[in-house]
Amino acid sequence: MTKIFETPLYPYNRSPDQDVSRVRHPVVVIGAGPVGLAAAIDLAQQDVPVVVLDDNDKVSFGSRAICFAKRPLEILDRLGCGDPMVDKGVTWNTGKVFFGKRETYKFDLQADAGHKRPAFINLQQYYLEEYLVNRVRELEAEGKPIEIRGRNKVSAIARHDDQVTLEIDTPEGPYNLEAEWLIACDGANSPTRRMLGFDFVGRIFEDNFLIADVVMEADFPSERWFWFDPPFNKGQSALLHKQPDGVWRIDLQLGWDIDIEREKRPENVIPRLRAMLGEDARFDLEWVSIYTFQCRRMENFRHGRVLFAGDSAHQVSPFGARGANSGLQDTDNLIWKLKLVLDGKAPDTLLDTYDTERVYGAEENILNSSRSTDFITPKSDISRIFRDAVLDLAERHEFARPLVNSGRLSVPCVYDGSSLNTPDETTLPEDTRPGAPALDAPLADFWLLDALGNHFQLLAIGTDAPDFLDVDGIRVETLRVAPGESPTFDDRYLGEKSSAIYLMRPDQHVAARWVEYDEAAVRNAVLRATAQA
Amino acid sequence: MLITIPNIPDADGFYAELLDLHESHTKEESDALNARLVLLLANHIGDRKVLSEAITAAKLKK
Repeated sequence: MTKIFETPLYPYNRSPDQDVSRVRHPVVVIGAGPVGLAAAIDLAQQDVPVVVLDDNDKVSFGSRAICFAKRPLEILDRLGCGDPMVDKGVTWNTGKVFFGKRETYKFDLQADAGHKRPAFINLQQYYLEEYLVNRVRELEAEGKPIEIRGRNKVSAIARHDDQVTLEIDTPEGPYNLEAEWLIACDGANSPTRRMLGFDFVGRIFEDNFLIADVVMEADFPSERWFWFDPPFNKGQSALLHKQPDGVWRIDLQLGWDIDIEREKRPENVIPRLRAMLGEDARFDLEWVSIYTFQCRRMENFRHGRVLFAGDSAHQVSPFGARGANSGLQDTDNLIWKLKLVLDGKAPDTLLDTYDTERVYGAEENILNSSRSTDFITPKSDISRIFRDAVLDLAERHEFARPLVNSGRLSVPCVYDGSSLNTPDETTLPEDTRPGAPALDAPLADFWLLDALGNHFQLLAIGTDAPDFLDVDGIRVETLRVAPGESPTFDDRYLGEKSSAIYLMRPDQHVAARWVEYDEAAVRNAVLRATAQA
Repeated sequence: MLITIPNIPDADGFYAELLDLHESHTKEESDALNARLVLLLANHIGDRKVLSEAITAAKLKK
């Protein structure tokens, strides 16, 4: 059977741009991975013309990212791709931790109820990319200005004050393009970053992990199983996680001093997997890879008219599912800002807040990811002694379980301290403070998050606000919710209060809130949230 | 605030019990015992600020 990642989804087609010199586009995206496609869809949905260039013509090879968290699923809902993801994905919320031969404990990730989307789903990255490409095709059919150019490899980039110029190689020879804005989503080894000579510093972890996706008929439940020092991989760690189509993700730590090419060969991989899965397990290898990783980021994600998003800007360990999940949060943060700047409704300094907010997010991810790695792979005798002490105690005493760190799974970033937030003077609930992403809640006949996003909105609860406001060309619409309609909503947005007004950004984050409507305050908050005050 | 004045009743008895714990254990076992003890005590204290003060005090720096 031909796998989806072996089929060209966006084959090379000659573009009319190749027959003229230097056509200028408002936005060019480099890289048709999850982050680049999400950026392009977000732009096209808002009628900003966008061209995506990719040196390949297929979705990514192998499963790669498999674990998608609630917030990215909400972002994908806004981009029109949430349903196929959740329909196809495996929903899970139980995790088990093993130490040596023993099961140490079991945990439940079940987030509080009252969200449209689950805490996590597992799904092969190639499905996400396929759904994103399908969405691109759907937008094209609606006449939206979006285009993917396969086998278009950017070979040179030059930055100017008013544009970025690109040289592109194709199977039919090179051509040039101009872009008002360039979004580089070309992965951890970003050729864009290299060509422009930007640094990418951080911490290298001296370890190798064997990642294998196997297809098998097995009775393992839909749980995340993590082993510290298991008998089948002495002194190392292991992870087993279920994906759709009977595919299982297996991650085996191998240590630093190994022969990578040798370890990758099936005759060496299969005995390791047999030791883990049992001698009777019948399985086929779908994909095997060996990786090392680094926790690092670019110093800045914005360089004039070049914006870096996803792995090209930051890289973390895979423990915690913070790679693709944080990349989607990057574009969620970036695109509405870019749209306002392109429309002349906000100054280009608004894009500097993409840098500050997402650098903040990246730092949080790097911190969590480094801590997980230090727990999983103790770097000294004493860190191993403490790690083992935590695991031994965790089997008997609940208190030690929060210290066990096999990956702190991705949670949405709250932009505390962002210059776009209006300082909060209310005693409304902490979890929906300015900077936080809106928490979903069921309303009478729809989910809150399905009614939010893409433009500024006022959420008027138990008090009124005008249907819409025009703040220097920025339209703000009002969504009214009556207290008592949904107790979950009231808990999340009112707490002890009987009324509230929330100003929501186009990326569904809270910009400001009050207990009563005050037009002047709302206008100021909109200006502040768009870097104009 | 981290208590740094005498606070353990029967100090000599406690100290003897602590040494007894390590009696006839290898260095490796003793290290593990100490680590478990630190974690149990830290959880009992539970006050994040006090824990940081204790970590600082343990460094024996001014």
